[in-house]
Amino acid sequence: MSVATTQPVPAPGQAGPGDERMARISPLVRLLQRPELGALLGAIVVYVLFATVDATPGHKFSSLAGMQNWTDASSSFGIMAVAVALLMIGGEFDLSAGVMTGTTGLLLGMLVTRYNLNVWLAIFLTFVFAAGVGAVNGYVVIRTKLPSFIITLATFFVLRGVNVGVTLLLTNTVRFDISDQAAGFDTARKIFGSTVLAPYNFQDAVLWWIAITAVATWVLTQTTFGNWIYAVGGDANAARAVGVPVSRTKVILFMYTAMSAALVGIMVALRYRGIQTGQGVGEEFFYIIAAVVGGCLLTGGYGSAIGASIGAFIIGVAEIGIIFAGWDSNWKYTFLGVILFLAVGVNTLVRRRAASARR
Amino acid sequence: MSESPNGVPLLEVRHISKYFGGVIALRDISMQVHSGEVTCVLGDNGAGKSTLIKILSGVHPQDEGELLVDGKPVQFSGPREARAAGISVVFQDLATVPLMSVWRNFFLGSEPTIGVGPARRLNSGFAKRVMREEMRKMGIDVRDPNQTVGTLSGGERQAVAIARAVYFGAKVLILDEPTSALGVKQSGIVLKYVVQARERGLGVIFITHNPHHAYPVGDRFVLLNRGRLMGSYSKAETTLDELTKMMAGGEELERLSKELEKMATNSEMKQVARELANEVGAPPTTGGEPR
Repeated sequence: MSVATTQPVPAPGQAGPGDERMARISPLVRLLQRPELGALLGAIVVYVLFATVDATPGHKFSSLAGMQNWTDASSSFGIMAVAVALLMIGGEFDLSAGVMTGTTGLLLGMLVTRYNLNVWLAIFLTFVFAAGVGAVNGYVVIRTKLPSFIITLATFFVLRGVNVGVTLLLTNTVRFDISDQAAGFDTARKIFGSTVLAPYNFQDAVLWWIAITAVATWVLTQTTFGNWIYAVGGDANAARAVGVPVSRTKVILFMYTAMSAALVGIMVALRYRGIQTGQGVGEEFFYIIAAVVGGCLLTGGYGSAIGASIGAFIIGVAEIGIIFAGWDSNWKYTFLGVILFLAVGVNTLVRRRAASARR
Repeated sequence: MSESPNGVPLLEVRHISKYFGGVIALRDISMQVHSGEVTCVLGDNGAGKSTLIKILSGVHPQDEGELLVDGKPVQFSGPREARAAGISVVFQDLATVPLMSVWRNFFLGSEPTIGVGPARRLNSGFAKRVMREEMRKMGIDVRDPNQTVGTLSGGERQAVAIARAVYFGAKVLILDEPTSALGVKQSGIVLKYVVQARERGLGVIFITHNPHHAYPVGDRFVLLNRGRLMGSYSKAETTLDELTKMMAGGEELERLSKELEKMATNSEMKQVARELANEVGAPPTTGGEPR
């Protein structure tokens, strides 16, 4: 049967009655079990909706120009949503992920403008700093055994204050400008803040987003570390009992999330040749929405990177679609709230049906 | 089952004691675990069962006494060393991750990989094949290796943990209350796996507070009460009734039955108290009505 052929065929000696029973699980049920299915259906509906209500002359939304817009909006959410999803599968949250994009962008600006560092060196130091903050987040969560929700909320507020305070102190303004003249600026901007495919000008960030989603999916589904991510989020005690390094796995996930934020912060700072102190504040919830819409369980142990990317796609499409429809952009919050609610409902339903169908 | 071939126990405990500050958790415990035998450790809550497991599995060092594996004295510095020596614990509640597939659970913590460098990845084909093979040895045909453990029954989940321990070289299998959270039928399934493990030549330590589960599968019975060894019997030396009585702690149960009888306000409660007294073989008590 079709299902049996999609399975790695066991050696002839192993083929027992089990193979026949396997065929009873229909391909439909197998598909329904994918964590990202609900998100994919939702994404199609949302895209069709905004393509329909598009009020621009010539229906720009569904054109390549429109695509350039929504991929731009989706990409930075996507890079972060994938990291937040992996962390959530690992059983933890990072509410400081949004403000970290600002902190790291501002740090880059400070290093380049105040200390005249080469941009590449500044980028390196920014990543090191982010890894450090992530490690502190993770370490404190592990040591105190407090919910990461609380610990990273504290980090969020600390960083939010630091962002504005330090910037005001050093520049008397609420932004750091980065000059074109800085050493290494041009090459760095080409990698982090430029565009590709000349006439359409897709953002570099889109390529980063796709690459990160692919790598994260590989890690999650094909590697030992991915196995550990699912295990520490699913049942940390059981994982520890069989020798999984639970603390190390979680700390690495916090570091990866903070470094993803640094990547986004660096991209923003280079692309706009400067960064505001308010950058990223409040965006942490978009990442969580994307991850949950993409099928991640808030309680950990379940989800996918592709799902989170589809969630980010929905957010980007909604953000741009609302503008193209000529509505006030604040409606995006309402829209995303409804989407979040529906997605969680659909995901729960789908998972329940899939689980019961196999008994 | 017969005695182990060479007579040397797989695991032997000699006069072990363990203190936590002023509390005596275990005092002068001795027992032997032979290959192809099920040694049941019976005791009520607080008898010292978990302390014993923790010493055997390397979590705590003993304060007095000796631990011998294959006749040689050992001192474990941690659970990893105990596992390397072939002693594996299957904890009832810590056995598996429900949301993960059976094959991922089976190899969790010891994942087989293929490829090198960045291409290094889980050898899922090998993992699935081995898992199905090992589960088949326990009499379970896993329909789909991708099935999550959460969709298995409680008994099957224990089987996954047992099969995993055996595959990774366990010679002595410690099952910590494997039936305590299960219903009648599922408990029966787990008992079947206990017998299966025994027949494959493992030394099984079956920790339980239920003599009705222990007696049918056990070859030796070690009774603990308040940290002390109350008795150690082979199957020929004891009966289920005797085990039950000793398990409950004769005197305590007797006292309990007297108290119950005093408090009894109706005939049903008196009946319960009398049955309890019967169970321990206590004489009729004063204060109640004559029997």
